Amino acid sequence: MKILVCISHVPDTTSKINFTDGDTKFDTNGVQFVINPNDEFGLTRAMWFKEKQGAHVTVVNVGGAETEPTLRKALAIGADAAIRVNTPASDGFSVAKQIANVAKEGAYDLVIAGRESIDYNGGMVPGMIAGLIQANFVNNCINLDVDGTSVKAIREIDGGKETVSTSLPLVIGGQKGLVEESDLRIPNMRGIMMARQKPLTVLEPIETSTETSSVSFEKPAPKGAIKLVSPDNLDELINLLHNEAKVI
Amino acid sequence: MSVLVYTESEQGKFKKTAFEVASYAKAVATQLGTTVTAVALNVDDTSVLGNYGVDKVLSIKNAALEKFNANGYAEAIKQAAEKEGTKVVVVSSSANSKYLAPLLAVGLNAGYASNVIEAPTSTSPFTVKRPAFTNKAFETLQINTDIKIVGVSNNSFGIVEDTGSASAEDFSPSISNLGVTVESVDKATDKVTIADADIVVSGGRGLKGPENWGMIEELADVLGAATACSKPVSDLGWRPHGEHVGQTGKPVASNLYIAIGISGAIQHLAGINASKVKVVINTDPEAPFFKAADYGVVGDAFEVVPQLIEKLKTFKAQQ
Ligand SMILES: Cc1cc2nc3c(=O)[nH]c(=O)nc-3n(C[C@H](O)[C@H](O)[C@H](O)COP(=O)(O)OP(=O)(O)OC[C@H]3O[C@@H](n4cnc5c(N)ncnc54)[C@H](O)[C@@H]3O)c2cc1C
Repeated sequence: MKILVCISHVPDTTSKINFTDGDTKFDTNGVQFVINPNDEFGLTRAMWFKEKQGAHVTVVNVGGAETEPTLRKALAIGADAAIRVNTPASDGFSVAKQIANVAKEGAYDLVIAGRESIDYNGGMVPGMIAGLIQANFVNNCINLDVDGTSVKAIREIDGGKETVSTSLPLVIGGQKGLVEESDLRIPNMRGIMMARQKPLTVLEPIETSTETSSVSFEKPAPKGAIKLVSPDNLDELINLLHNEAKVI
Repeated sequence: MSVLVYTESEQGKFKKTAFEVASYAKAVATQLGTTVTAVALNVDDTSVLGNYGVDKVLSIKNAALEKFNANGYAEAIKQAAEKEGTKVVVVSSSANSKYLAPLLAVGLNAGYASNVIEAPTSTSPFTVKRPAFTNKAFETLQINTDIKIVGVSNNSFGIVEDTGSASAEDFSPSISNLGVTVESVDKATDKVTIADADIVVSGGRGLKGPENWGMIEELADVLGAATACSKPVSDLGWRPHGEHVGQTGKPVASNLYIAIGISGAIQHLAGINASKVKVVINTDPEAPFFKAADYGVVGDAFEVVPQLIEKLKTFKAQQ
């Protein structure tokens, strides 16, 4: 089985979010970038398929040269090869088109993406890839088994989960649950050394249109001070929630 | 060229989000000077949509679409959009809508904006506002394609009543490829889900163990709320994974979020920032949640929550 794992290069959650150029660009100054948390679960599940079923795992990222350390980290975790599509990740649809092209050219059986990335939170790349390459699609995937070309998966739904069956070729939008968090891997020295020998291919992008574009950003207005209520005066809390906040 | 809205239903009845997305579609239609057409799947009586600004309903009855299927539903909505010559399609931000919307976007070659929190700030160019960086900022996004898909964030626009009436028309899209078959569904049907809830009561590691969740459930019961938890709580197996809220869990966009024994780590707050009013109950006055919440009680959950339940019962009885 040939697996393609999409790796989004995102600011670490604890990063301070600032904007430059009149609030039109994300300020990367001092920001540490990591593998998108949802993608980390997918990458680890891919490692499982590699070790148990002999799958070949390629990771892909759409982005400039600055994303290569993130791809190298994925190689150090155990991916066999990496591809960087050399164009800024400007919007979800064009990223999906670039990855769909890679997926088609490489005839991958399974494409694993995260259900959303924690920077723009679009949640559209996995589904769009599936639509573009006409593969089956399971979103919010929390368990995945592949036997030949048949697939059993579990997906989270609002208020529960459902078990589905489908077949390869398949794209999933993965998330926590796909593997146990304790199984997430941290690159070790050997992995880091081996990653240096592994191929990181830079592909030039295909031409795409820009379906959506960021116009500007703003930060939420500063919050008013919290109102503290004494534990001996919970009637006051109910009063505030009823009359002031009007939520009960 | 009416605005098309996909109105979600369950067991033949519209979900609350259907009325919110219909209200949103009406606002967009007013901006564009056009009407609203809704797509309803396997709903018997669709006339209620008139109360939320819908002019016409394309009513689909299809046994193959009894259970949600992203491909099938996206295909049905696509064919409805083509039939109506629609330029704007409005969907919700439920897990199912977020599942089908990217497929629909490919089908219609449409730009898609998810989690939109306001009516478009402009329709030419078409610009909408949505959260980014896991609620640490807002992005103004322009959709450049001829057809646009807007995913409305739950509880953001609200339900707006209207006095119109909705005519119904049978519509039978041809659906071939479902791709994925649902084998079984495991869902606590009598419970309010986090996605649908107006109020969410959430517990953290401060509750010490799963045996103490009775009071969380009771508080949720009194308020008609859904229950949720912080990540360590689901990691420890005290609560099911589906209740875990935050950056790696479920997003919550409720009107009221009550956090009990939760510290308020940034990854947790990332999932609840879209909630309107936040209440924190925590023994530690230095807990970061006190900086993020609107109302707070510095106190022991084991003393505060049972009292709060009793007082709320009295309050509810008087209402
Ligand atoms: C990449 C990454 C992603 C993450 N994603 C998430 C996520 O999605 N969601 C999430 O929640 N976390 C997430 N986390 C974990 C997060 O950083 C915190 O560890 C977690 O939110 C803490 O949960 P907690 O507040 O329940 O527990 P604790 O940090 O243990 O806090 C418990 C709180 O309970 C209070 N308390 C104790 N006893 C009582 C009492 N009797 N009455 C009242 N209060 C009491 C304490 O004062 C304390 O504030 C993530 C972390 C990482 C690194």
